[in-house]
Amino acid sequence: MTVKTEAVGKEWPATTYEVGKEKIGEYARVIGLDNPVHFDREVAKTAGYRDVVAPPMFCVVYSAPALGPAMFDPEVGMNFAAMVHGAQEFEWGEPACSGDEITTTSKCLEIFEKDGKGFYVFETRSVNQDGAEVVKGTWTNIVRGV
Amino acid sequence: MADLNAGDAIPGLSVTPDKYLPHRYAGASGDFNPIHIDPEFAKAVGLPNTILHGLYMMGLVARANAAVAGGDPRALKRLSVQFRGMGAPETEIAVSGTVKSVDGGTIVIDTVAAQGDNQTIRNAEAEVLIG
Repeated sequence: MTVKTEAVGKEWPATTYEVGKEKIGEYARVIGLDNPVHFDREVAKTAGYRDVVAPPMFCVVYSAPALGPAMFDPEVGMNFAAMVHGAQEFEWGEPACSGDEITTTSKCLEIFEKDGKGFYVFETRSVNQDGAEVVKGTWTNIVRGV
Repeated sequence: MADLNAGDAIPGLSVTPDKYLPHRYAGASGDFNPIHIDPEFAKAVGLPNTILHGLYMMGLVARANAAVAGGDPRALKRLSVQFRGMGAPETEIAVSGTVKSVDGGTIVIDTVAAQGDNQTIRNAEAEVLIG
């Protein structure tokens, strides 16, 4: 059995996420971050942010929803029972702040087979309400025994 | 921290996620995959027990790298990781790192997250701005 590659290059509809102050705080607490710029509006503004600022890895909260339809697309055909999250890369641009409206698009970059495993690589690009890129994500899922 | 040179170790961090951490991370992140929160489900799909979210451990790696720049959320410009081992709740996670290169205000750090001998994240490369 070999991997299907017809979904390479496919793009899926954008999702939009409005960043909220309490959601940033909830994420920051779980990770153990204590910089007050993640919790206190006045401290964040004094530090030069529009509002309370999200930690970089908060990007999973607003960008992952765009990936759902891609991962479940039958044209991609991933076998979830044998899938693991193999690798992840993020490149950050403009910080995400409370009140931002972030739009994320997803695209299938690559599908290939190596050593009996299927590699499925997706890209997400997230931009804010001003059109500035907030983060670019590269998500690699590995399926054993394809 | 501007005096870091290639080969230097970063301070790193050590965290022991409690039994319910995966539930709180699921709520915070929106990832409710039952392998992270339901022991019966996890065992039914062949796992020893519930496992930590890989992206939670990547969050700790990001925290350790941003700490090099005083925890400034603007400092971390890029982070690339490979997930290699499963992480377990109620077990200490140690994040350690070594400076790979320094180029003006940008340093590249090689980071590992491990539970004992089990390296859950390897080949993590971070690009951090130091001012």
